[in-house]
Amino acid sequence: MAVVDTSAVDARAAQITEPSPGALLRRRIFGHAGLMIGVTVLAVIFLMALLAPWISPHDPFDQILDRKLIPPIWTDSPKATWVHPLGTDQLGRDYLSRLFWGARISLLIGFAAMLISGVIGTTIGVLAGYFGGKVDMVANFIITTRLSMPVVLVALAVVSMIGSSLTVVIWVLGLLIWDRFAVVMRSATMQVRNLDFVAAAQALGCSTPRIILTEILPNVANHLIVVATIEMAHAILLEAALSFLGLGVQPPEPSWGLMISEAKGLMFFDAWLIAIPGTALFLLVLSINLMGDGVRDVTAPDGRS
Amino acid sequence: MSERILEVSGLSVEIPVPSGLLHPVQDVSFHVDRGETLAIVGESGCGKSLTSLALMDLLPPKARRQARKLELEGRDLTSLGERQMSDLRGDRMSMIFQEPMTSLNPAYTIGDQLIEAMRRHRGVSVAEARDRAVWLLEKVGITAARGRLGQYPHQLSGGLRQRVMIAMALMCGPDLIIADEPTTALDVTIQAQILHLLADLQREFQTGLILITHDLGVVARVADRVAVMYAGQIVEEGSARDIFQAPTHPYTQGLLDCIPIPGKTARGAHLGSIPGIVPSLVGEMQGCHFADRCRHARGLCRAGAIGLREGAGQSHRYRCIQSLAEAAAHLIREPEAVG
Amino acid sequence: MVSYVLKRLGIAVLVAVTVSLITFSMIYLSGDPAVALAGETATEEDIEQIRRYYGYDRPILVQYADWLFRAVQGDFGQSHYLKKPVGDVIFERLPTTMMLGLCALIFALTLSIPLGVLAAIRPNSLIDRVALTIAVVGQAMPSFWFALTMMLWFGIYWRLLPITGSASWANFVMPSIALGYYITPGVMRLTRAGMMEVLSADYIRTARAKGLRPITVLFKHALRNAIIPVVSLAAVQFGFMLGGSIVIETIFAINGLGFLAWESIQRADLPMMQAIVLVLSIFYIVLTFLADMLNAWLDPRIRVA
Repeated sequence: MAVVDTSAVDARAAQITEPSPGALLRRRIFGHAGLMIGVTVLAVIFLMALLAPWISPHDPFDQILDRKLIPPIWTDSPKATWVHPLGTDQLGRDYLSRLFWGARISLLIGFAAMLISGVIGTTIGVLAGYFGGKVDMVANFIITTRLSMPVVLVALAVVSMIGSSLTVVIWVLGLLIWDRFAVVMRSATMQVRNLDFVAAAQALGCSTPRIILTEILPNVANHLIVVATIEMAHAILLEAALSFLGLGVQPPEPSWGLMISEAKGLMFFDAWLIAIPGTALFLLVLSINLMGDGVRDVTAPDGRS
Repeated sequence: MSERILEVSGLSVEIPVPSGLLHPVQDVSFHVDRGETLAIVGESGCGKSLTSLALMDLLPPKARRQARKLELEGRDLTSLGERQMSDLRGDRMSMIFQEPMTSLNPAYTIGDQLIEAMRRHRGVSVAEARDRAVWLLEKVGITAARGRLGQYPHQLSGGLRQRVMIAMALMCGPDLIIADEPTTALDVTIQAQILHLLADLQREFQTGLILITHDLGVVARVADRVAVMYAGQIVEEGSARDIFQAPTHPYTQGLLDCIPIPGKTARGAHLGSIPGIVPSLVGEMQGCHFADRCRHARGLCRAGAIGLREGAGQSHRYRCIQSLAEAAAHLIREPEAVG
Repeated sequence: MVSYVLKRLGIAVLVAVTVSLITFSMIYLSGDPAVALAGETATEEDIEQIRRYYGYDRPILVQYADWLFRAVQGDFGQSHYLKKPVGDVIFERLPTTMMLGLCALIFALTLSIPLGVLAAIRPNSLIDRVALTIAVVGQAMPSFWFALTMMLWFGIYWRLLPITGSASWANFVMPSIALGYYITPGVMRLTRAGMMEVLSADYIRTARAKGLRPITVLFKHALRNAIIPVVSLAAVQFGFMLGGSIVIETIFAINGLGFLAWESIQRADLPMMQAIVLVLSIFYIVLTFLADMLNAWLDPRIRVA
């Protein structure tokens, strides 16, 4: 009877069998309330933007002068009507339709500016982090210089000088807000480049561009996604601010920032005129931020929720 | 004459974890007399560090402590609130930690950190506390002590920092010092120095010392009494002599087989190792914790809780249903179990 | 320490020179500055005269050297619109913006640091959730919309505070909150994260093992170490706030540098725009330099190298 009885050990081993990594990741994603809310709200706004031509009840540019300033349906005003659920603005344009079309502008500018700044910032950051030394010093200098220039002011000045248009706004913002990409990618690359598999790739004689593309980038991708969400939100807020100050998207385009700007003079009488586009802007940025936070939590090595 | 400084009886620690309740320390009892060194020995995760933190009431927030008796110089520690406990900490009982590199605050000079406890507990002037700090720094073998007071931790080597930690623990002349693996993070050459220093100071100041370690070589040199811990329990306790000369628990035996002992281990002989892994301490455990790794284990070993039995030596106790002699006889009868 | 200071100083000066170069070249964005200045009805002679008057006919490098040499002495040239020395106007407006920035910073720090500390001491508690909500909402709220909404409630509905102007302290309450709220999330998150990390450090356990009072452990041993990165961030954010004050000052009609910048952009007052961008950039560079120094002083590992 001295033979070691292993059944108890086996039973215990069976109990602590871990679920597969994929299942674990899925559980973390769906268990993350912030991420789920963010993705849902963003999906709704995205659909609004995508389907704007078909779901808008009216033409967003159509001015019906005898239907000016109809309040939204939840007010107890006798003028409120289901024909214009969110009312009309001071030029008699349907607010709901303008909101739908405005989503297009915010998403387009946010995404495009994020792409441009992402390419610039990631290039600078990855090169600095990978090569270190002199390259890093130069990159650091460029980043510091960029950070010391006030974004809003420079953007306004530049836009005012070369004239405002959607493309100009996208490029100006894209060329200005790459700093966070560069800073984060730099430190992430530094961490990854010291790991064994990079050394192994170098030992195998892989070319530097190949190592950066196949070994470094996939391993800093989670940081990249998080920064991308932050910067997209940032770009959307900046576009709104520029448009609000009259130097971003130009009338009659239905940018949310511009809608707030146009309603500014009337807000003391009809507060909903700024409340509606403001809330839309807030929800859009909130959903993108929640998504970014969620991605960060879900992909964090310790899997903290 | 032996004055009892610490009396611990039935100390347990529980930590709720996602998979259940973790029992890292279970029903641990021991005592320390004035001028005595008790070594608590065991491998990583056996609960020895948590035992020491439980004594100081410095457990992580989630951990729960229970004890039948926890007395420092006759004072019941279990009934003390955080406020009264902090009055004792650093004054009557102090602690030396494993990592001298991170255990000192990088933002303050060592002088500042040395005098803090004394200023707090004794209300002495800065000058008075600094004088004591200089005196103690010299005691722990630091030269140009007064000049060191203005230095920051990052300017000192690991060995020097641990000396500072020791001096810091002695500032208020405590009755009990708990040293949690004080030499693990240091170079081998410095380990011996620090250990001898600790032993010398303990003799000089007649404090009680609890030395927590996994290094039996260390224990052999400085301990008066030894408690061997395995999987949250003390499995054997006795005088250093009894433990080293007549180990009774199979785990103690196994541990001793793992280290060379001067005069006992033949040159070129193979050192032993203990097969298997430490059991999970989540949930209730039946029987002997060591049974899965014990080559003498029998069905009876897993039947129920194993109590401590009196051993051959004075105040020698062990947690096994059979003495080693009985086991040996058993082995001879059933030799197939050895494989 | 001396070499550290000198190195930082060198970098700061280099960045300042680079920024001045960029700022100077900004006037060429719109093509020929003389044409832009002269207006649409100008004749060829008019343009030529303006070109000569402002020195645009000289080689660009000479123009830059001349501009920089004067700028260092505080002479930024004549305002095209106000017909006054640019330097005078800027230094007249600067104190107002500083005042606003400082109030905003104080508001932000007194809100974010205690909340961050409390959230770190009691993770997942009610206060932690409140702090997190403030952070998430703050990051998503467009500052101009927040300002307008505050104006509506505090200024119009409840009549607690004046809406526009910069006459008394009451005028600064809403702008300070609007401006400060924007940087609160970042500071709070960093305080919380830093405090959490520090509180689990070994030296905190040592401090507790010495029997120190919880308040001593928290403020002397923990906060001192956790605050080091917050200092850098606060300095950087203060710089961003001065840049962002353009939006807030415009909304509340506060006669500061931001409002001046907006007016100058509207009037295409190039020398004024240039000078404001340069002054704000230099201010930011000085701030980050001071923050580095303060950091070195707080962290003996830098100070006593």
